[in-house]
Amino acid sequence: MKYTAQDFKSNQEVRWCPGCGDHAVLASLQRALPEIAEALDMPKERFVVVSGIGCSSRLPYYMNTFGFHSIHGRATAISSGVKVANPELSVWQACGDGDALAIGGNHFIHAIRRNIDINIILFNNQIYGLTKGQYSPTSKLGQITKTSPYGTVENPFTPGSLVLGARGTFFARSLDSELALNQEIMLAAAKHDGCSVMEMLTNCVIFNDGAHMAISDRAVRADRTITLRHGEPMLFGAQKDKGLVLCDGKLKVVKIGENGVTIKDILIHDAHSEDTAIQNQLINMKYPDFPVALGVIRDVKDATYNDRVEAQLAEVKEKISNIKCMDDLLHSGATWTVE
Amino acid sequence: MQHKVIDTKDVVIRFCGDSGDGMQLTGTLFADASALYGNEISTFPDYPAEIRAPHGTVSGVSGFQVHVGAQEVNTPGDYADVLVAMNPAALRANAKWAKPTATIIIDDDTFTEDLIKRAGYATMNPIEELRIEDRNIIVSPITSLTKESLKDSGMDQKAIVRCKNMFTLGMCFYMFNRPLEYTYAYLEKKFKKKPELIAPNKKVLFDGYNYASNIQAIANTYTIKPAKQEKGVYRNISGNQATAWGLIAASEKSGRPLFCGSYPITPATAILEELAIHKNLGVKTYQAEDEIAGICTAIGAAYAGNMAVTTTSGPGLSLKSEALGLAMITELPLVVVDVQRSGPSTGIPTKTEQTDLNQALYGRNGECPVAVIAAHSPSHCFDAAFYAGKFAMEHMMPVVLLSEGFLGNGSEPWKIPSMKDYPAINPPIIDSSEGAYQPFARDAKTFARKWAFPGKAGLEHRVGGLEKNTAGVISSDPENHEKMVAERAEKVARLADYIPEQKVIGAEKADVLIVGWGGTFGHLYSAYNDLADEGKSVALCHFDFINPLPKNTADIFRNYKKIIVCELNSGQFADYLRAKHPQFKYEQYNKVQGQPFIVEDVVAAVRKLF
Repeated sequence: MKYTAQDFKSNQEVRWCPGCGDHAVLASLQRALPEIAEALDMPKERFVVVSGIGCSSRLPYYMNTFGFHSIHGRATAISSGVKVANPELSVWQACGDGDALAIGGNHFIHAIRRNIDINIILFNNQIYGLTKGQYSPTSKLGQITKTSPYGTVENPFTPGSLVLGARGTFFARSLDSELALNQEIMLAAAKHDGCSVMEMLTNCVIFNDGAHMAISDRAVRADRTITLRHGEPMLFGAQKDKGLVLCDGKLKVVKIGENGVTIKDILIHDAHSEDTAIQNQLINMKYPDFPVALGVIRDVKDATYNDRVEAQLAEVKEKISNIKCMDDLLHSGATWTVE
Repeated sequence: MQHKVIDTKDVVIRFCGDSGDGMQLTGTLFADASALYGNEISTFPDYPAEIRAPHGTVSGVSGFQVHVGAQEVNTPGDYADVLVAMNPAALRANAKWAKPTATIIIDDDTFTEDLIKRAGYATMNPIEELRIEDRNIIVSPITSLTKESLKDSGMDQKAIVRCKNMFTLGMCFYMFNRPLEYTYAYLEKKFKKKPELIAPNKKVLFDGYNYASNIQAIANTYTIKPAKQEKGVYRNISGNQATAWGLIAASEKSGRPLFCGSYPITPATAILEELAIHKNLGVKTYQAEDEIAGICTAIGAAYAGNMAVTTTSGPGLSLKSEALGLAMITELPLVVVDVQRSGPSTGIPTKTEQTDLNQALYGRNGECPVAVIAAHSPSHCFDAAFYAGKFAMEHMMPVVLLSEGFLGNGSEPWKIPSMKDYPAINPPIIDSSEGAYQPFARDAKTFARKWAFPGKAGLEHRVGGLEKNTAGVISSDPENHEKMVAERAEKVARLADYIPEQKVIGAEKADVLIVGWGGTFGHLYSAYNDLADEGKSVALCHFDFINPLPKNTADIFRNYKKIIVCELNSGQFADYLRAKHPQFKYEQYNKVQGQPFIVEDVVAAVRKLF
């Protein structure tokens, strides 16, 4: 069955603020899912969207799929349960930087470690929006917010580094307004067997407007971001004349044609590499020293938790063939008969 | 000395030693052998929180009590007829549990100056200091005898000394005329992969048996005739095992696969461990990263159509509170097992209590009643878990099952039931809907909503922690909120139409009604029997269903002049009854020591009411 984006839209009125980056991510998902459904050969009723609490966690209500809007921080635990209980489902999760990385940080890293096949869309606007403007675990050091009137005194997380630290198998990053790239990433995440984390740099127009402006502004975006694709050279810039090379094990920005640099010197992106050394550097590239990396940065194969669970169930069923039902179990082991 | 064989009704034996001395195993083997012999048994492990507390100290003493009877045995026994103390610390910690007529077996080799000091005695004469000189004390060099027994076994000294519990077990088998075969069979199975250990263990058990028969110290041995039990096939079962099995049974009856999301916590962990074994029956266990993830993965599994369970103890239930509210408002089936332990906070984690009742009833934000069921004996945990699963799924709501450390770790023989004698479980699963599916449309009788899980075309819907209307749309409408709050509460209240009527043991009308709930049943029943034997006008009303209470509760209460609520807390059930049925006056008997009741103390407390 062919779906359109319309099939994935619920009849609920979308209540995010006008100009909120979440609108674009929602639209991206609704547009990506028809293609995903086709690629996975999966009917609409097998899609489940789970969320926690926060502005972005309203997303399930706007999707015409099975949905679960849960409690703060617990989306990852709920979606883990959904997937393990029924591995036939395609599980999508919407959560914010506070939801996933502060109150839900533990669930986040453990779902990644277990490599449960869920697709986590991490809306990173670097602020608590729904509670009206307090700093989050991704707010910049020194950021002034309602709970940090003199600036924060704590370092932010880089979500991708957490993913790598937790043995993640898939990490991608995009900007809210990059609809085409978002869809590309979502399709890649859907095809990836395992826990996929998609960091969406979103803009909160009310409490943290322009947080990503330095890189997201259309006028400078091409020069200040680099979109990575597996197997392709790491080129960026409006003229695609800048690129990344490896110099003494460190990434370095170069310009083709300068200092004898040619296209052949440019690194080829290897998202499938087990080794995280270069991927970690890509994840941590920050403007102005580097372009901010977008696209699928890591996508490696590993067995999933849910597959291992099913395999073990089948294996044990075969091994313990004498106990097939509760009555068998009740009579197993040491028993005695009273005549 | 004339050797006599005395026929006795019942006997209580308490094995205690250093936590590394294998006392839990010794006690279990004695209990198993007795059960297989046909006796009634009840056991109670009393172990320290530390896995290996400092050697020879009182804090490191581990005990295991077993009550063996030729007739009905309802408790692990209050005081011991035989106390086995493997070192001075064990004797010091447990002498108070020895009856005045008790036989005490001690390992003389451990009564060294160093270990006596380490146990905290003021003098070098523990027996005098404890004022137990008048007991029948059998002082045996158990460690040396074990070494002698196994000197040619080829085992190293450390391994040999570890076998002293088997020597002691052999002595006890002689004292109580227990056959050795059951334990031989156990050893053969246990050491299947290390066959070189089978013969030495058998030998040391047999040598202990012979030693006891040869020394003159044991004047009398006892026989406890097999109990007159109902015909049938029996097994031994612990409360935690029975809980796990009851959950699996409910899963089988309902056709919904079992998912248990849990985090290890004493004394509930054994349920998760037991469930993890039975993957062959389709059981999925998910050892979560924390208590919250335990319940949240279970909630996710419930949404996805599984029979969902999370198991925990008091502190874990605290952590699960918010998510339990989510399960309640989303009206998803979920069984939450709380094996209660001594609190608050970490409390005395290995000791039993009934102090989580208030938490189970009230421990959530907002108006959030949940069904609460309690298990009353180790084997009853099976039925309690089965019905918790049945009610959760058929009524689409979370059910809290209260067990207790005393039940979870305790064990008793159980006449194996047949699954055909258990009722069907029919969750209100919906496969298709005429018109738009209304997630919170209710069954006219139960008030349960329909269960529509992902994968069912046309039933796509959203649930969540935000208040909804019947159609499943978010609503902050004041009237709707009040209506939904009332409907959810009504659904729990209506469970009363589906639970059995409350029963009373003893006279329908009497002077005193003993009221209890949960794991105190055996003690209260024994107390009731003792009082009835005295000719007192007394009855016992023991509750398994706490919320809702059985519908005939008030009808029962009004037939008694006095009501005394006995519980292992400061009066939580009494307060609950006062709120639910304020027309009655409730006396209380409470104990909050991390220990079970002592029957004679209950008897004394109730006797004061006459």
